[in-house]
Amino acid sequence: MQPTLHADTHAQASHHEEPGFWQKYIFSTDHKVIGIQYGITGLMFLFLGLCLMSVMRWQMANPGTGVPLVGPLLYHLLGESAVSKTGVISPDLYNAFGAMHGTIMVFLAIVPLAFGAFGNFVTPLQIGAPDMTFPRVNMVSYQFYFMGGILMLASFFIPGGAAKSGWTSYSPLATIADMNLRPNGQTFWIIGMVCLINSSLLGAVNFITTIIQLRAKGLSWMRLPFFCWAQFVTAFLLLLAFPPLEAAAVLQLMDNLLRTSFFLPTGLVVSGKLLHISGGGSPLLWQHLFWFLAHPEVYVLILPGMGIVTEVIANNTRKPIWGYRSMVYSILAIGFLSFIVWAHHMYLTGMGVRIATFFQTTTMVISIPSVVILTALFISLWGGSIRINTPMLFALGFLPMFGIGGLTGLPLGFNASDIHLHDTYYVIAHFHYIVAPGTIFALFAGIYYWYPKATGRMLSEYWGKVHFALSFVFMNLVFMPMFIQGMAGMSRRMYDGGATYASNGDVVGLSPYIIGLNTSVSHAVWALGLAQIPFIINFFWSLNWGKKVTSDNPWEATTLEWQTPTPPPHGNFDKEIEVVRGPYEYSVPGKSRDFTPQNEPDQPEPIPHGNPVRS
Amino acid sequence: MPDSTLAHAPQFDDASQQRESATFGMWIFLATEILFFGAMFLGYTAYRLAYPAAFAAASRHTLLAFGATNTAVLLISSATMAFAVRAAREKRRTALTVRLLLTAALGVLFLCIKGFEYAREISEHLLPGASFQFDQPYASHAEMFFYLYFLMTGVHALHVTIGVVLIAISGFRAWRTDAFMRNDTAVDLLGLYWHFVDIIWVFLFPLIYLVERHS
Repeated sequence: MQPTLHADTHAQASHHEEPGFWQKYIFSTDHKVIGIQYGITGLMFLFLGLCLMSVMRWQMANPGTGVPLVGPLLYHLLGESAVSKTGVISPDLYNAFGAMHGTIMVFLAIVPLAFGAFGNFVTPLQIGAPDMTFPRVNMVSYQFYFMGGILMLASFFIPGGAAKSGWTSYSPLATIADMNLRPNGQTFWIIGMVCLINSSLLGAVNFITTIIQLRAKGLSWMRLPFFCWAQFVTAFLLLLAFPPLEAAAVLQLMDNLLRTSFFLPTGLVVSGKLLHISGGGSPLLWQHLFWFLAHPEVYVLILPGMGIVTEVIANNTRKPIWGYRSMVYSILAIGFLSFIVWAHHMYLTGMGVRIATFFQTTTMVISIPSVVILTALFISLWGGSIRINTPMLFALGFLPMFGIGGLTGLPLGFNASDIHLHDTYYVIAHFHYIVAPGTIFALFAGIYYWYPKATGRMLSEYWGKVHFALSFVFMNLVFMPMFIQGMAGMSRRMYDGGATYASNGDVVGLSPYIIGLNTSVSHAVWALGLAQIPFIINFFWSLNWGKKVTSDNPWEATTLEWQTPTPPPHGNFDKEIEVVRGPYEYSVPGKSRDFTPQNEPDQPEPIPHGNPVRS
Repeated sequence: MPDSTLAHAPQFDDASQQRESATFGMWIFLATEILFFGAMFLGYTAYRLAYPAAFAAASRHTLLAFGATNTAVLLISSATMAFAVRAAREKRRTALTVRLLLTAALGVLFLCIKGFEYAREISEHLLPGASFQFDQPYASHAEMFFYLYFLMTGVHALHVTIGVVLIAISGFRAWRTDAFMRNDTAVDLLGLYWHFVDIIWVFLFPLIYLVERHS
């Protein structure tokens, strides 16, 4: 990697000339275009993830019956081994869809949207920088992501189909699945993951350097918008958590292709036959390396969401964020602690009591800074003159949803209660409350909030509100019943939705009510899918016909991204930016307007509530 | 040495900020590399703790002379790289070209020695797989040692190869182009990378070759 080689070429000259189509949209080094590339690709994967789940929900609600409309299509696409002629999906395809739903949602949709799209588009603008420090590295980061996505998509169509060992890809299952096929879906999955990891690592290096080096004059750390803090911590999480998984992925690839035994134990029996491997490996090593990534990854999923929500709430309550400093310290604490909680995913692996106690303690401790942030955001609403618009609705939706997701995580963090709840629908409900009505709502808030900056037009408020109301209702109808199912003991990853364990008369088992919830959840999932139609149409329609913004700062916000022309040109700012105040100076007494941009020079009159300056 | 007359990319205020950013970017990139190798070292540690006797027996089959020579070669190449960085700062074209190409040559020498070592080990049936042979009772766990050996040295050799290519290209650019001579950041970054590759080897060497060699 030689990030500076562009320095002696013509970067400066090309700054002013208008590049051609390919240069401008496909091989762009402009952080805003890359952000939009990430955004569009990520939204498409988000929709694909929802589609996979919609098909799975049919199978769970109506086990063994053909999927209407989509079933025959899948039969033609994937062949008879995966889908029967009547459109019934096979258990293998169900598993593949499950594994790929998780992979796509986490690594191809949420992270690229939260970090790749918003991080790329907004962060340099908010810190007053003309671009990222390493624009070409940024372009390569997107290209790695794109390649990873293509590999993941292609794996559906190879013999044996996509990876089907869960998004966690546990060894030895991931190695023995489709053993007779080489390469198989798992091979594609691992190589795809290596691409995605490289993409995130390059992005993380870029973000950290950019935020440290390219802040505008006067933008001290305590004047940094909380969104940038969130991106900064997120970048560190990606930077330090992903490389071990990359190494682990290489080891598992060796296990799969070259018959090594890095993660395969001695005496492994598959289908009644002893496997001819040298053995001696430990499946637990994979779990440790995986969760060492995947727990910080959970915070990668949520922290940018918190950042977006903070910006939207500050803007729409028209008052400063309450406890900005404690939020900053909290997010730093979360970043640090997230590296020492990973084994709470592994209580059932038979770890000793002392280790379990350690991880239980750290897990409880990390909930404190999360609660600090959530509480600060709630208190920020107090006494504000709240503007109810679409971004604000999504941000307000985020708060209780994240609260539910966070609080229901506590029983999973406790060793004793986790043993009962492990691998049930309760776990699914818990983390989906964090990521779906949590992060995805935050992402929608961000899209409605920054769309005018990116395009110069507003999204329709009416359809935005319709989108919010429907999404909010159906999200809860999807995930709330899963808590009940999980507490009743319904396992996740069941092809028939747990019907095998239905109670037989007086025998202990899942009651018909618990099984029946599958149907209502499935209906809610499909309705949730339909509820996205207003958004999709709104998104494209408004590109050309949305209401034009009348100023560069349509939300009357204080942060620097609104001080650029709309949409921002290559190089972003058309004036020198010097920051003279904190990020959220709304409704400052004595001012004629209720917002004071960060770069607005001090007036002669004294400012009673200026943030203290730290250098 | 901040020099405001140097060209810099539009996102930076001046050349010294660009230099600082690039160096910092390289450091945190190396942090990811350390964690990448760290996971493999973790695997090594876990399995060596689980099978100490087999690892000691397997380690005695490694070729210490090759490993020791290679350690010397890499350490010398780190020195020549450090001299190259100095030459770049002082804008001495001939010295820079010679030192970069010498570093690249030492890297190639390292890879050649490693190649011969691999060949010897393969002929001694130490490559894991169907042809692997090892004295009982340690056969299967010794194979784990050699999985790790081939993987870790292989990934390291890949890093050496990348370094050799980049250093050789820089050597030719130093010789041919004036633009390269004006800005010494690229050589600086290559230096960081090359020393990192060297340090990884310094850790690999005792873990692979020196397990219980004293007995």
